[in-house]
Formats: sequence, structure tokens, C-alpha cells
Amino acid sequence: MSLLPWTIYLSIAGALASLAAGRRSATAARWVALATAVAAWGVVLAAAAGFSPSAVPQTLVDLDWIPSMGGRYHLAADGISMTLLVLTGLAATAGILFSWNIGERTGEFFAFYLTLIAGVYGVFLSADALLFFVFYELAIVPKYFLIAIWGSTNREYGAMKLALYSFAGSALVLAGLLWAYAAGGAHSFALPDLAAAAAGFPAGRQVAMFALVFFGFAVLAGLFPFHTWAPTGHVAAPTGASMLLAGVVMKLGAYGCLRVAMPLFPAGLAFWQPAIGWLAVAGILYAGLVALVQDDCKFVIGYSSVSHMGFVMLGLAAANPRAVAGAVLQMFSHGVIAGLLFAVVGRMVYDRTHTRRLEDLRLLPLYRLLPFGATVFAVAGLASMGFPGFSGFPAELSILVGAWQASPLWAAAAALGVLIAAAFTLRVVQLTFFGGAGDGETTVRSAALPPITWPERAGGILLICAAVVIGLKPDLLLNWIVPSLQSPLFRAVIKGGGP
Amino acid sequence: MTACPVLSIAVFAPWAGALLLALMPRVTASASRTIALVSSLSTLLAGFAALSLFDPRAAGYQLVERHAWVSSLDAHYYLGADGLSLILVLLTGIVAPAGLLASWKQAREFRLFGILFLVLQGCALGVFLALDFFHWFLFWELSLIPAFFLIKLWGGAGASRAAYQFVIYTLAGSAFLLLGFAALFVATGSLDFVELSRLAANGGLSARLAAVGGFWPKAVFLGVFLGLAVKVPLFPFHTWLPPAYAEAPAGVSMFLTGVMSKMGVYGFLRILWPIFPAQMHAAATPLLWLALGGVVFGALAALRQSDLKRMIAYSSINHVSYCLLALFAVSAGPFKTAAVASSALGGAILQMFNHGLSASALFLCVGVLESRGGGRRGIGDFGGARSAAPVFAGLCGIAMFSSIGLPGLNGFVGEFLIFRGVFGVAPWAAATACLGVLVTALFYLTFWQRVFHGPRAGASAGPFPDIAGADLAALGSLVALMFLFGIAPQLLVGLFNPLVTGWVGGLAPP
Repeated sequence: MSLLPWTIYLSIAGALASLAAGRRSATAARWVALATAVAAWGVVLAAAAGFSPSAVPQTLVDLDWIPSMGGRYHLAADGISMTLLVLTGLAATAGILFSWNIGERTGEFFAFYLTLIAGVYGVFLSADALLFFVFYELAIVPKYFLIAIWGSTNREYGAMKLALYSFAGSALVLAGLLWAYAAGGAHSFALPDLAAAAAGFPAGRQVAMFALVFFGFAVLAGLFPFHTWAPTGHVAAPTGASMLLAGVVMKLGAYGCLRVAMPLFPAGLAFWQPAIGWLAVAGILYAGLVALVQDDCKFVIGYSSVSHMGFVMLGLAAANPRAVAGAVLQMFSHGVIAGLLFAVVGRMVYDRTHTRRLEDLRLLPLYRLLPFGATVFAVAGLASMGFPGFSGFPAELSILVGAWQASPLWAAAAALGVLIAAAFTLRVVQLTFFGGAGDGETTVRSAALPPITWPERAGGILLICAAVVIGLKPDLLLNWIVPSLQSPLFRAVIKGGGP
Repeated sequence: MTACPVLSIAVFAPWAGALLLALMPRVTASASRTIALVSSLSTLLAGFAALSLFDPRAAGYQLVERHAWVSSLDAHYYLGADGLSLILVLLTGIVAPAGLLASWKQAREFRLFGILFLVLQGCALGVFLALDFFHWFLFWELSLIPAFFLIKLWGGAGASRAAYQFVIYTLAGSAFLLLGFAALFVATGSLDFVELSRLAANGGLSARLAAVGGFWPKAVFLGVFLGLAVKVPLFPFHTWLPPAYAEAPAGVSMFLTGVMSKMGVYGFLRILWPIFPAQMHAAATPLLWLALGGVVFGALAALRQSDLKRMIAYSSINHVSYCLLALFAVSAGPFKTAAVASSALGGAILQMFNHGLSASALFLCVGVLESRGGGRRGIGDFGGARSAAPVFAGLCGIAMFSSIGLPGLNGFVGEFLIFRGVFGVAPWAAATACLGVLVTALFYLTFWQRVFHGPRAGASAGPFPDIAGADLAALGSLVALMFLFGIAPQLLVGLFNPLVTGWVGGLAPP
């Protein structure tokens, strides 16, 4: 448990090491990166094994950092953090496996990659708002370089758009936090202190502060209509970066909403709750419909991420224990599943066929040429559709149940979203892999696709196992998440019957 | 709790077979056939084992297995059997191996075919035995996947479209179903069918839903109803069915019609009716009309088909609608005597079983014709096949008569009981439904005459070998069972009679 901060330090050390190793050989850089990610994940899993869930985050480190501002280097973990730490380790490891074929400036790629991971671990562990923000920025910056240097379609545009949106969002967050800090006068960025100070604000001020912080974070969570960076960014990014972007970076936004915005300004949440709920529902439906008509299969996955993150935001908006627990579970689930989908489309298909257009892919009998890819994609598609037996199902069911308690109309609209998700997922699975079934002529032309490599196999199996294990036994995570929602900070915002 | 989890074994044995096949990538085709068939037959074995432990006179669920699963949703791993589920387990144990036998030579890449088929079989068993929504829905939804791939990859020219349509339709229904149960959970805190039925019986369920809003009891009922109605399918939600059944390979069509359509009917009997008795009673008249629509239009549409597979598909809609007709008539009430209600319900259960036997046998027959005719299966593509293949013609004829409901064969008893029951409640409905029987006889006799009689013509003009091997084994056993259950229906009736008596006893007194 007390070793958890080492996830951050290990990742930074690994970033430097792979940069150094990359000067000698690409292979060395890859292995250094993989070893780092596995080691950090190992630390998380070891901590998870001995983790006993509690309402209050368990402090790991608490040091003076910027005494003049009252900023502390305070790391702590509760069940929600643990869930997302496990996800981060998993996504990082799988992402490296699917980036194994990066041949250009390999050392630098993994250096940026691991820096991003360090930032993500930091965010999930921070108990101090200022520290939280610093790690948050640390995670955003490497993203830009990963896309701009190693990206594909329209990479400069995608990278720039993503960076601008992210920075605009962070500017809002920073403004809101500084305002709360200055107005409260508590000389501390610790979340309980800020919350205590904010409790004394007039409701109007809380409403404004909440809007700044929540919507600032919501940009990165892909809340409609602030989501437009997500599809272009996901598409432009190299596979490993898409996996991280959809898998963990979008979760940073949602986590910020849950951990910072909601507990600090309960009155703000009460005011904005209907708007957030309807925006989440709009995102679920709109992104789903857009995904239904895309021709680039990576855009389908990109929009599906927006749609699925809509469920997370809906769970947060419903603000009752079951919905929020479902939202956290959905963060985990989507992290795994989106990673898997991007891995298949970006690495297994695009790197071999050099096309992502469904019009082209439907002519290839890819399920014969890449049976492993077809199986993984079909399974990931099911998981993405929220099929029972996969992690998305308990998550979406909890959110539906919780949303129903808040507003039956939200639940009804979200159920429609589940249906649309099924439609576009089936379409993309069908056209990508099973289009050319029985079509003999094209088989010859494309028979020479390189076989699936071991890192792809390992990464695919790892992620599928995670989706199935959590799908069949969601209690593994829910038993961590649910007690955390009893924390005093959440008491004012998360109301209603216990799960 | 029983010492031996016989129901879990029944559900997971086909999956174990699928796993075994999956782990043997280099297995020969004939070995994969043997493994698939043996795993598929395990259901019959497990069904008999369950029967030997089952006490038909006792009320309630037996051989129950219940373990905590998801604490925050109060979901359980919950299996249990009563007469209805056991009959359907046995039906699965009969139809699934027959379907595999019918695919013996036709299906290329038999290993993959067998894996998907066995997964599908396990899903159906899970649906028939699970008593907790979370558990049940897992199997309900999962069953779509193997079915989708079986239709798509082994089906005919239009299979991709048919498979997609089938899955989208069913998923649309499932979304409503899921939403309905989410609402039920919010209102009651339970996903347990037994618990929900108990709550419904004492009126607590509607009251709790009504507390959310006046129209919610109806809305939730409608959601669950839609999910099940698409699966059955109830007219007018049936449009996915004819292309799916027609494009699927014969062995898969057998399973779809024999077992999967029963999943929907089972849902009506196990879920919708017990949990929403008042709502069903209120909606009974329109529902009766829908069921009648299925009976009449299914039959008339079958009459108009020239594609034999589509003909059997439409006749399936007709036959399955009888089961729902009976259920809706009982929920409409009032019935004069308890015997009327129990004959309708008993008839519905028998009809589920019997339709499983006869429709799957008929799909097998059309599959044989299709393979002999080089893919052609139009009613005008054959002629005089009886002289070339007398055994086949005879068995096919028996299957037809069983489907028409000739006394002495299995189909008669179920339909007779249904008519008797429905007549006691809604004579007009029974009278109209008789029209369906008449038309059924008409199109089957047309089928029989055009294909088997007259001079040899069309696809049956050339060499037309008689039925043999795996096909004969499958069709022969199905026909033998038609005689068995036609002559001795009490073998089945004894299993579910106490159950039906209990149901009728729980109904509001006339």
C-alpha cells in the first residue's frame, strides 16, 4: 500500500531509462518500457491485494511542498483510486505491447508514453487540488507530442485541437480552483479544506465555481458538446496513444469531475445536475448516431468512446451511490474495451492493410486472414455493446438503475443509447472483418498479410481477460468503490438509497 | 441445495465441449463431429439425471443452486427447475443433437460450427434454468452471438443481412427488457424472478411501481413485453424471423425454431405473466388479437410461400402463436372451471415441446431437399421425389401430419388442449384460430403433393438418393418421438401437471 507512490517514480525513471536505451537500440527501449509498466502495475496489484476498503482515502505521503501557498505533496488512495490505478497499469502495459512496432524514435516515444503514465498515476493518487492539477498537466503535455510526431491521419490538426481543448479546459479548472482558494482564505489546497471553505460561499458563487471546475474537467471527459477533440485526436494518434487517450486520459476528466468538482461545490451540482444529465444523454445518443454513419473505422471507435463516456457522466449526474459506483465501474470498463478496440483497428488492421475505410475493408475476408483479430474484435465489440458477461454490463446496468432513480427519462434515453451502440458496433465488426465472407477473388490479393505477433496476442488476451473477469465478478471492484462513496466529502453530494 | 449441482452441469457441459474443441485447433473433422455430438447429447443425459432427482408432485423449484454474485445489484447465481424448465431442457437435448446431425456433412469448418452450436445450446439451457434476471439475461443475450455467426457464416446468399436484422431486432427488444428490469429493481430492490412473482401476487409490485408515477406499471410491463414479444416472435414483431430461418443452414434453423423460439414463450410464462398478472389481464384482449394475428397471418403467409424454408418459418409463427393464444386467453379470463384454464396452460407447454419436434424435423427435411437440389428449395423445383426416396418421403409426411395436428401424433394433444381451453374463455378466438389449422393443412398438403407426387421433375429428376446416415438418424429419432408423445402424452403431462394446477390455483377465482 505504502509503495503506491512508486508507480509515479518508477514511470518517470522508466521514461528516462527508455530514452537512454533508445539511443542504443529500439528493442532495448521497448523492453525497458514494458518492464517499467509491468513493474508499476505490479506495485498496484500488490497494493490492491492488501487493500482494505475504507470511506476516507488512506494517506500514503504527506509532505510540505509549496508552503507559501499551502500546497502539499499529499498522495492518498481510496477504492475509486485503486480501481483506476489498476486500469492505468493494465492500459499502460497493453498499450506498450501494441506499440511494439514503433520503429521511429522508439526511445522518445516510450519516454513520452511513460511520462504520460506517471502523470496519470499522479492524478489518481493526489489528495491536494494543486498537486492534482500539476499531474493533470503532466499527463496532457506528452499527449500532444505522441500524436504530432507518431500520429497518422491529419496528425498536426488532431494534436493541436486536442491540446487546445485540453488547455482551455485546464484553464477553466485552474480559474475555478484559484477562485475557491482565494475566496475561502483557508491557505490550503487540500480537498477537505477547500470543501469546508466552499460550504460558506453563497449558492450563486458555488454555482459559478462548480461550472468552471466541472465543465473544465468535462472537456477531457468528452462531455457533449465539448467532445469534438476526442474523435479527431483518437484517429490521429498512434495506436498505443489512442489506447491511452481513450483508456485513461478521458478518465482523468471524469475523475476530476467526481473527485474535485462534485464534493467541493454541492450547491453547484444541485443547480447544474439537470443540465449535465441531459448533456450526457445527448452525448450518448448523438455520438452513437454519428458513429453509425462513419466510414473510417477508427472514427467509429472514437465516437463510441464519446458515447460510452456519456454513460459515465450520466452516472455522475444522477449522483446516487449506485449510479456513481456504476460510473466508476464504467470508467474501468471503457478503459479496457476502448483500448482493445483501438488496438485491433489501429494495430492489427491498419498497420497491415493500410486502410481504415470500411468501404475498402468490407472487400477483404479479413476474418480468414486475421482470425485472431476477428475474434478479439468480435469479443471487444460485444463488450462494447454492453453484453452481459463483460464489464460494460454491470456498469451500464448500475448506471441505468441509478439514472432511473434520478429521472426515468434519462434512463429511457440511455437505454436507447445502448441500442444504438449495438447497432454501430455490429456494423463496424461486420464491415471490418466479415465483409468479404465467401468472396474468393480478393482472398488472393490480400493473402500476404503479416501474421499476428506475440505482443499483440498477449495484449489482446490481457484486456479480454480483464473485461470478462470484471464482467463476471464486478464485486471485485464494486467492493472497493462502494465504501469510498461513504466518505464525508461525498456525503453532501451523493444521496439516495445505498447500493 | 443439492449435493450435486446437476443443473450447472447441464448448462456447462455443452460449453465444456465447446472449450475442448476450441483447444484442439488441429482436430480432424470427423473427431470434431464426434466431440460436438457427444457434448450436445450431454444435455439429454443431464436432463434424465435431473428427472431422476426431480419430484414431479412437489410444488416450487427444485435442484436449486443459489450463490451471491453481484452484491450491489443483489444479483445471484440462481438455477432451479420445475416441470416447464425440465421439459424444455429435454427438448433442447433432443433438438440440438438432431441439428448437429443434420449439419453432419453440410457444414464446412465443422470445428468452429460445433463450437458455436454448443455455445448456443448452453445459452438456451441457461435461459431455461436461471431464476435471477442478472443470470438469466446473461444467457439470453449471449445466445445471440453464436446464432448470429451460425447464420452469417454458414447461411445462404442473403445470410449477412438476415443475421444482422435478427440481432438488431432482438437487441432492440432486449434494451426495453433491460430498462424494464432496471425499473423493477429500483422499485423493489430485487432481480429475483421468484421474489418478484411473490411480490406481484400480493399486489406489492404494482403499488411500488405506481409510487414512481401513475403510468410506470404499464410502461415497465410494456418494456418487458416488447423484449419477449420480439424473441417469440409475436405478430407484428415477427418480420426478422422468415429471413433468419430461411437463410440459416438447416441444422441451425432447427435449433432456432425448435429451441430459441421457445425461449421467448418461456419468458412469457416464467417472467411476464407471473410478474405482471394484472397488467396482462388488462391488456388481454389486444394481446389475444395479436396472437390470433400470428395464427392466421402466419398460416396464410405460409400458404403463399414458394420457398419451402420460408413456408416452414411462417408456419412456426403460426404454431408458436397458439402457445401465446392459450396464455393470453387464461389471463383474459374469466373461465368457467379450473379445468379450462389448466387445459389451456398445459396445452401451451405441450405445444412448445411438440412444435420443437415437428418444426425441427420439417426444417431437416427441407435441408435434405436443398442439399439434393443443389441449393434450390422452391416448391416448384421438385416433383415426384417419393419414388426416388420413399423413406424420406414417408418420414417427411409424418412430420407434416404431426405439425398439422393429426391425432396419434404428438401435435394433436397440445393443440386440442389449447383449443379446448381457449374455447372456454373466448369462443370467437378459438373459432378464428381453427382457420389457422385448416390453412396449415392446406399448405402442407400442397408441399407434399408438389414435391413428392407426380412425375419426377426439376431437381428431383436426376439422381436423388434416399435419406441415409446422420440425416436418417436425426429424422428417424424425431419421428419416433412424435409417435411416442402422440400415443403417451402423459409422459410429459405428468411432469408439469402439478405446476399448472398451482398456477391455476393462484389465479383469481372465477
